[in-house]
Amino acid sequence: MNDTTSRRYRCVAMCALAAALACVPALAQAHEETGQAAGFLSGLAHPVSGLDHVLAMIAVGLWGAVLGPPAIWVLPVAFPLVMALGGLMGLLGIALPGVEIGIAVSAIVLGTMVLAELRPPLWLAAAIVAFFAVFHGHAHGRELPAGTSALLYSLGFVAATGLLHAVGILLGLAHRWAAGRQAVRVAGGGVALAGLFFLWRAIA
Amino acid sequence: MKVAAIARAIVVLSAMLAAPAQAHLVETGFGAFYDGLAHVALTPADLLVVVALALLAGQRGTRAARYALFALPIAWFAGGVVGARWPLAAGLPLLTTLSFAIAGALVALNATMRDVGIAALAVAAGVLHGLANGATMAPAGATTLALGGAITAIFCLTAILSAEVTALPAGWPRIAVRVAGSWIAAAGLLMLGWLARSGG
Repeated sequence: MNDTTSRRYRCVAMCALAAALACVPALAQAHEETGQAAGFLSGLAHPVSGLDHVLAMIAVGLWGAVLGPPAIWVLPVAFPLVMALGGLMGLLGIALPGVEIGIAVSAIVLGTMVLAELRPPLWLAAAIVAFFAVFHGHAHGRELPAGTSALLYSLGFVAATGLLHAVGILLGLAHRWAAGRQAVRVAGGGVALAGLFFLWRAIA
Repeated sequence: MKVAAIARAIVVLSAMLAAPAQAHLVETGFGAFYDGLAHVALTPADLLVVVALALLAGQRGTRAARYALFALPIAWFAGGVVGARWPLAAGLPLLTTLSFAIAGALVALNATMRDVGIAALAVAAGVLHGLANGATMAPAGATTLALGGAITAIFCLTAILSAEVTALPAGWPRIAVRVAGSWIAAAGLLMLGWLARSGG
C-alpha cells in the first residue's frame, strides 16, 4: 500500500469517525416517554401468558362471586395493591422463597375454596388472597421487556390482572342458578387440579 | 501535514462537543398550545395523577370537586412557570410517582377527606407535576402557551371525570371507581420499584 492510498484510507476513517461522533449528542434532554404502546401491550399480555396466573386470578373472581358482597369487590380492590407490593419486593431485590410453589398453592387453595363453597370471614378471605397476591406480584411484576415504558407496562399488567378477576366474577354470577352453581364449583375444582399439576411441576 | 492533522483534530473535537439534543414536545402541527394539550394525554404520570385526583374529588362530592377543578390547574401552571425558570429535575420522578400512587390509594380506600384536604392534595400534586413539566418543556422551547394547553387539558379532564363520579349512583359504578384507584396505586407501587432499580 503506497503512501497516497494509506493517507486516503486514514482520511476516510477520520471522516467516518467524525460522522459517527456527530450522531451521538452529548446530552439528550428529550422527555417524551418512549415505548409506551409496546409497554402497555406487553403488560396486558404478560399475565395472560402464564396459565398458573390466569387460573389463580379467575379463581379470585369466582371466589368473590361465591362469597357475595362485600367480598366480591373487596378482593379485586385489594389484590392489585398487594400484588404490586410483591412486585415492589421483587424489584427491590427482596428474595421470596418458593415463589412458583406459592403460585401453584394459590391455585389449589383458591380453587378448593370455590369447589367447597367455603365462606370464611371477610378479613380471613382478604388475608388469604393478599398472601398469595404477593407471590404473583413477585414472580410476574418485574419482567419488563427491554425498551418499553415501565409505568405503562405496570399499568397494563395490573389492568390485565384486574380484567381476569372481572372474568372470574362474571362467570361466578352464574352461581345464583342451580346449574350455574354446579358449574362454578366444577370450575373451582378444575383450577385446584391445575394447581396440583403446577405444584408437581414446580417441585419436580 | 501538520495543518491537516490540526484540521482533523478540530473536526473530531467539534463532533465530540456536539450541542445537547433539544427536546421537543409532541408536535401536533397546530402549535404550542395544542402540543401542551397533547403532552398531558401522552405523559402517563401526568395523566394518572389527574385521573386519580378527579376520581378522588368526585368521590367526596360536588364541593370537593369544585375545589380540585380550580386548585389543580392553577397550581400546575404556577409550578410550570417556576420549573421553567428554575429547573430542578432531581428527585421529581420519585415524587410524581408517589403523588399518583397516593391519590390512587386514597381512591381505592374511598378515604374520607375534608374538602380542604382534597384541595391541598391537588395543589401539592399540581405544583409537583407543574415543576416537572416546566423543567422539561423549557429546554424544548415551549413556554407559557404550551403550559396553557396542558392546564386546559387538566381542567377539562378534571371537570368531566369528577362530575361523572359525583353523579354516580351507589353500587357497582362506585366500586369500579375504587378498582380504578387500586389499579393506579398498584401501577405507582410497581413504578417506584422500577425507579429504585434504575437508581432514579
